[in-house]
Amino acid sequence: MKILVLISNVPDTTTKIRFTGDNKAFDATGVQWIINPWDELALTRAMELKEKGGVESITVANVGTKITEPTLRKALAVGADDAIRVDAEPLDAYFVAKQLAEVAKGYDLIMAGIEASDYNGSGVGGMLAELLEINSVSAVSGIDLTDGQLKILREIDGGTQTLEISTPVLTVVQKGIAIDPRIPAMRGIMMARKKPLKVVPAVEAETRTDFLSFELPAPKAACKMVEEDNAKELIRLLHEEAKVL
Amino acid sequence: MSVLVYTENWDGKFKKLSYEMVSFAAAIAKEMGSSLTALSIGHVADEELKSLGKYGANKVLNVQDDRFESLDNKALADAVAKAAEAEGAKVIIFAHNNEGKAIAPRLSVRMNAGMVSGVNGLPVSVEPFVVRKKLFTGKAFANIQIKTDVKVITFAQNSYEIVEQGGDVVIEAFDPQLSDDEFNTTVKETNKITGKVILTDAEIVVSGGRGLKGPENWGILEELAGLLDAGTACSRPVADEGWRPKEEHVGQTGKIIAPNVYFAIGISGAIQHLGGVNSSKIIVAVNKDPEAPIFEAADYGIIGDLFKVVPQLIDAVKEMKANG
Repeated sequence: MKILVLISNVPDTTTKIRFTGDNKAFDATGVQWIINPWDELALTRAMELKEKGGVESITVANVGTKITEPTLRKALAVGADDAIRVDAEPLDAYFVAKQLAEVAKGYDLIMAGIEASDYNGSGVGGMLAELLEINSVSAVSGIDLTDGQLKILREIDGGTQTLEISTPVLTVVQKGIAIDPRIPAMRGIMMARKKPLKVVPAVEAETRTDFLSFELPAPKAACKMVEEDNAKELIRLLHEEAKVL
Repeated sequence: MSVLVYTENWDGKFKKLSYEMVSFAAAIAKEMGSSLTALSIGHVADEELKSLGKYGANKVLNVQDDRFESLDNKALADAVAKAAEAEGAKVIIFAHNNEGKAIAPRLSVRMNAGMVSGVNGLPVSVEPFVVRKKLFTGKAFANIQIKTDVKVITFAQNSYEIVEQGGDVVIEAFDPQLSDDEFNTTVKETNKITGKVILTDAEIVVSGGRGLKGPENWGILEELAGLLDAGTACSRPVADEGWRPKEEHVGQTGKIIAPNVYFAIGISGAIQHLGGVNSSKIIVAVNKDPEAPIFEAADYGIIGDLFKVVPQLIDAVKEMKANG
C-alpha cells in the first residue's frame, strides 16, 4: 500500500495574528512555520501503519513556495520516504486541490487533516477526492490495515462507526487518529537531508474565492468578577443579566 | 432559481440545528429574491418535514433510500448535486459539522462552485456574494467573495437565531437515481453513546481541567451538568491523563463547540483550549489563579477554590429551578 499525506504549512498555533497595513494580507513577519497539527497526526498514523507492515511507502505533498520546504523536510525527518512540493502560492482551496490532483494519482490511501489551522477551510481533502473521482471518508478518527484491507473508524453524531471501503480512498482525519505527533529524532533529521524532495511546476487553475479583507476580533469587555464566597450571585447573573440559564 | 439547504435528521427527527439552518437559508433566499428548498435524506415523516415550512422552506425534497444510511460521501455528493440541478440552486448550504464537511467540498467540485466553510452569519452582500468567517481558530475574521455562479457554504452552528415565519410548504418525493455501484462504504459496526447530552449539540457545557486534581472529583461537575441539562467536557491534559474519555476533549485539536454558556472549571485557558470554545456566547471561569488566561476570554469569573465554588453553584441552580 502506498500512502500520500497532504501537508499544509501553517503558522505556529501560538502565533500572534496580524495583518498588513490595510488588512488585505496576513503578516508573515517573524512567523514560525509548522506542519498543520492535523496533518502531523495523519503522518504519525501513517508511520505507525508502516511499522506494523503492509505499507510500501509514505509520500508527503504540499502546495507552496520555497518557504514551505523546511516544513516538508520536517515531515521527511519524522519518517516520510519522499516529498513533493507543487511550486505555487496556495491561493484558495480549489486551486490547491487542482494542483494536488496532478501529483496524487497512484496512491492507495490519501490522508488529509480535517482543516488547516490557519484558514480553517476543511475543503481541500474532499475537493481532491472528487477531482480524482475516488471514494472519501470524513471525520476519521482511526485507520487500521490488515492484509491490505483498510478498517476505518468514523465519528458520527453521538458515536462512532467502523467502515470498510475499497481503495483508492481519501480519508479526512481528525482527533484520535494518533495520540501524540512524532517528533523527529536526530537520526531522522540527518536522513531527511538525503531523501528526495521533488519540486513540481504548478498547472493552470482558477481560483473560485477571493479573500477581500481580514479583521481582528473586537476587544472583549472585561470579565465580570464574583466573590468566591458569593458564588450564588454568578447563577443569578447568568439567569437575569446574561439570560442564558 | 433557488437556495438549497441540506438538512440532517436524527432517527427521523429534526433538531435545533435543522431549524437554525433553514432559518438562515430562508434569510439568504429572501435577500436574493429566490425560493428555498430543503433536502432531506432518510426516513422522516411528512408532519416532521412540514415543520421546515415554519422556518421558511417553500419546498422539501424528500429522499427515502436506505442506501444512504452508510453516509457514502461520494453518493451523497452526487445526490445533492442532482437535487441542486433539479432546483436550479444558486446557493447550497450545509452545516459545518461532520456530514457537511464530508459532502460540501465534493459537491463544490461537482457543481463548479466556489466554497467557503464555517460561515458565521448572513452574507455581507449577495451581489457580489461575500461571506464572513473565522480564521486562525477564532483569532481573526475574513470577508471572502465567492466568484462562481453557484456557491457552496457550510454554516457554523449557533451563529444565527431561529426565526419562525410560517408559510406553506410543498413536500415532494425525490429520487436521485443512483446505481448500486455508486455506494462503496460498508458500515460494519455502529456504536452510539446514549443517555448523554451530545457535546456539539449542548446549549450549556460544564468543562473541567487539571484543577479538579483527579477523576474521582468529577462528581460535582456531573451534578451541576445534570441540573443544567448540560454536556460535560474537559481540557486536553485531562483527556490525555485518561481522567475523562477523549470524546470530551474540547480545544483546537479536540471538539470545537459553541454553546450558549461554557463553564470552564479549573481550566487555565491555554490558547489551544480557547480555540475550541471561543465561539461560546458566554464563558464562565472558575480558577484559583487570578493570572489564568481564561479570565481574559471569560465574561464572568470567580477567583477561588472550585471545591468551594461549585457546591454553591449547585445550590443556586437548585434554588433557581425551585423558583421556576
